[in-house]
Amino acid sequence: MLDLVWLIPALPLTGFVLILLFGRRLGDPKAGYLATTMVAASFLVTVGVFLELVGLSTEERRHVVTAFSWVPVSSLHVDLAFLADPLSITMCLFVTGIGSLIHLYATGYMHGDPRFSKFFLYLNLFAFSMLMLVLGENLLVTFLGWEGVGACSYFLISFWHERESAATAGKKAFVTNRVGDWGLMMAMFFAFWATNPHTLSYIGINEAAAEGHFSTTTATAIALFAFVGACGKSAQLPLYIWLPDAMEGPTPVSALIHAATMVTAGVFLMVRLNPVLHVSAEYASTIIAVVGAATALFAATVAVAQNDIKKVLAYSTVSQLGYMFLAVGSGAYVAAIFHMVTHAFFKALLFLGSGSVIHGMHHEQDMRRMGALRKVMPVTAITFIIGWLAIAGVPPFAGFWSKDEILLFAYDKSPVLYAVGLVTALLTAYYMTRQVIMVFYGKARWNDAHAEHGAHGDVVEADEHAADGHAADDHAAAHTDDHGHGAHTPHESPWPMLLPLVVLAGLSIVGGFIQLPFATSLHRLEHWLEPVVEEGEHHLSVAADDLKYVLMGIAVAIGLAGISAAVLVYAKHKAKPIEPQILADGWKYDAAISAFMGGPGRAAFDGVAWTDAHVVDGAVNGAGALVKGAASGARKVQSGNVRTYAAGVAVGVVLLLVWFVLLRGVL
Amino acid sequence: MMELIVFAAAAAMVLAGALGVLFTRHPVHAALSLILTLFGIAVLFVALEANFLAAVQVIVYAGAIVVLFLFVIMLLGVDKVEAMGIDPVRLQRPIAAIVGLCTAGLVTVAILASRGSLTARPGSGLTADAADADGNIRLLARDVFSDKVLAFELTSVLLVIAVVGTVLLARKPRKGETEVTP
Amino acid sequence: MIAAVPTPTTTWYLILSAVLFALGMVGVMIRRNPLVLFMCIELMLNAVNLTFVAFAQRLGDVGGQTTVFFVMVVAAAEVVVGLGIVVAILRRRPSATTDDLAELKG
Repeated sequence: MLDLVWLIPALPLTGFVLILLFGRRLGDPKAGYLATTMVAASFLVTVGVFLELVGLSTEERRHVVTAFSWVPVSSLHVDLAFLADPLSITMCLFVTGIGSLIHLYATGYMHGDPRFSKFFLYLNLFAFSMLMLVLGENLLVTFLGWEGVGACSYFLISFWHERESAATAGKKAFVTNRVGDWGLMMAMFFAFWATNPHTLSYIGINEAAAEGHFSTTTATAIALFAFVGACGKSAQLPLYIWLPDAMEGPTPVSALIHAATMVTAGVFLMVRLNPVLHVSAEYASTIIAVVGAATALFAATVAVAQNDIKKVLAYSTVSQLGYMFLAVGSGAYVAAIFHMVTHAFFKALLFLGSGSVIHGMHHEQDMRRMGALRKVMPVTAITFIIGWLAIAGVPPFAGFWSKDEILLFAYDKSPVLYAVGLVTALLTAYYMTRQVIMVFYGKARWNDAHAEHGAHGDVVEADEHAADGHAADDHAAAHTDDHGHGAHTPHESPWPMLLPLVVLAGLSIVGGFIQLPFATSLHRLEHWLEPVVEEGEHHLSVAADDLKYVLMGIAVAIGLAGISAAVLVYAKHKAKPIEPQILADGWKYDAAISAFMGGPGRAAFDGVAWTDAHVVDGAVNGAGALVKGAASGARKVQSGNVRTYAAGVAVGVVLLLVWFVLLRGVL
Repeated sequence: MMELIVFAAAAAMVLAGALGVLFTRHPVHAALSLILTLFGIAVLFVALEANFLAAVQVIVYAGAIVVLFLFVIMLLGVDKVEAMGIDPVRLQRPIAAIVGLCTAGLVTVAILASRGSLTARPGSGLTADAADADGNIRLLARDVFSDKVLAFELTSVLLVIAVVGTVLLARKPRKGETEVTP
Repeated sequence: MIAAVPTPTTTWYLILSAVLFALGMVGVMIRRNPLVLFMCIELMLNAVNLTFVAFAQRLGDVGGQTTVFFVMVVAAAEVVVGLGIVVAILRRRPSATTDDLAELKG
């Protein structure tokens, strides 16, 4: 079975080709079922490989399957090879598993879309690329997948490209990713150059790092450049700006790509290269941890003020990814992977749930026009609530265990980072509770004409009123934009959409049990990942270990505090909601970038363009003009007068004679 | 003594004829000056023991080629006097003078410098038999028809081509035929 | 006995032919009548012939004379063709000089 690991990416690729050729004929829903089957089959193969790997001893859990020799150019010898080890198979498991669930969900969600089969074409291509990324035996195969997922992300974000905002969002994602890709390429170049014999394979690079062949500077360079790439792909500061805009894509896209899989590629890369990170300078890990923590806090603050159901989740994703990088920077690779897995479960669940809500609300996404949906969409509501509990860090749901693990290691790294992580946890609980209340509880606002201001009353007047809807009566005259959603009632979604929700909810409940802190024997994930991370994994100091349960208690308390605060503000209306405009604008970061690029950036680009047109082209054209001028001058020699030609020949004869007689010394 | 006189007279004829060709206005006079030069050269050939060539020079050059020149001059009626006053190309005469002087001067220098290095090759004697009056012809014939017979054949082909080509070039167009223009 | 009278050596012949050659060259550059131009070319050829024969006598090699023989043949052929061309041109434009035949102007 291990030798069949190449099937894992090959099956979605086959799906892609089949839909490319026959998609239009298959149509809705057969194309969707085909795509789902391919990814599900891939999942089954992955399970098979996983079981076989489990049966092997720890040292043997690394199997390379080479498909063919890809680049055999003297010292650059790269094979298209797959590395089946615990890390890659773990990633494959949840990519294919959650992937097949989302494919199934999409068959329901995209029903009726005129470009139904094209959607699944891109989805399968994405699955293929992502699997190549994680299964790659060397940096080049990973890079292939890396670029592939970037391209598919672009295709899928701008899937409804008739909408200007969607097209722009796609471009933004692609360009921002490219900036990050530069970092990854630099890391590749450094790694290739610094290894002897030159290689791009992970085994080669990591072994070189472990045996001390890299100087600290080289290792730091590789690690930090790879981190730049990770920032781009995993939406960290300062390259996170594409992820909130990426919500323009259909919800299954947001769930698959921007929650569970593509954005984790950066974390995966850093964990893959952990031996290099281990031998790099101390400040490298610190930078990674600080960026992660800062991003987590930043995104959490912005999420508090968002009104679009998907934007909240987008910023939440950025924030949770920040946690994962905080873990990587603190040396807690197992915790990072753990949180990646649990986050995949509950974030996908939340996104799919929000998709279900949007679908039921006939494509309404503003939370201020929702409310009391638990009565009309019970299954969606229950599963969403489970996801909420998981992300808010309520035990025994999955998110609690993984987040706690990260905070523990963060505390060991630096109490400041721990504090930042804690505040972020508080905010996470707060804004997620806010979202749940606004969507599923309270008064039903979907028929309200005054829906914009109905939810929380951002008017200055006190809203002691229990009924939110009447709080803004005096604004009646101002409302000219009633979108006419009033007539229909939201409904529950069809079974292809509900089934994945239920499965993911189950996983969110039990997912945490793969790594419980109570006893070493329960550290199942850690033991499983040992061969991959053993050198780099930071071992908790005794002090931190002792505080384990205290910190756990603090985390629970913080989580509950956040929840109660949100309940007070949004459900019981005991306090005023704090949603300053600057948070809603994302601290104006996006606007700042646009202003810079539009202003000085644009001027710089225009300068470069001018140089190209005048200096570079000028030199080329100048050379041509020079030749032309010289030629038209030289043309005058051809007078047509035979006697002048004769004179020319005669002068030549004289010159030759001069040379022979006088200069060459016939004398 | 005799050699000197012969040489001096022949050289005078040659140079006088050359200057005549250069500076006469009338083309026919130029042709006649050319004949003078050619005769001078023939005399010099005899002095240099190239009897056969001297004869050929007179017969072919002076007898045929210059006559051909005269025929063409008369045929075309280009015997008009050439305007020798000024040269339309202003620099032509100064350049020509300089070039001529330089050429003559440099070659002379070269000749003078290599005076001592000419050695006779033994055994290939020009006059094989002092008593043989036809010695020169015999020697020449032996060389042409054995060592250089290929060149001989090729030149005869060349002559045929030249004749055919010229006849074609220079014939008057028949009725209804377009003129051959070069 | 008269004072030693110089005998013409090969050098004298060579210098004579050099001068003749230079004169021919000057003539080609100066004369505008195409036929006279041809005559100047003949002057140059004769100068070369003289050189060959002088060397042939000096070196005792009859090859020089053979060369002259061939030069004469080729010169004859050349004159024939050249004059044919001149005839063909001047039949149309009887008063043309070399300066007027400037169609190869660049």
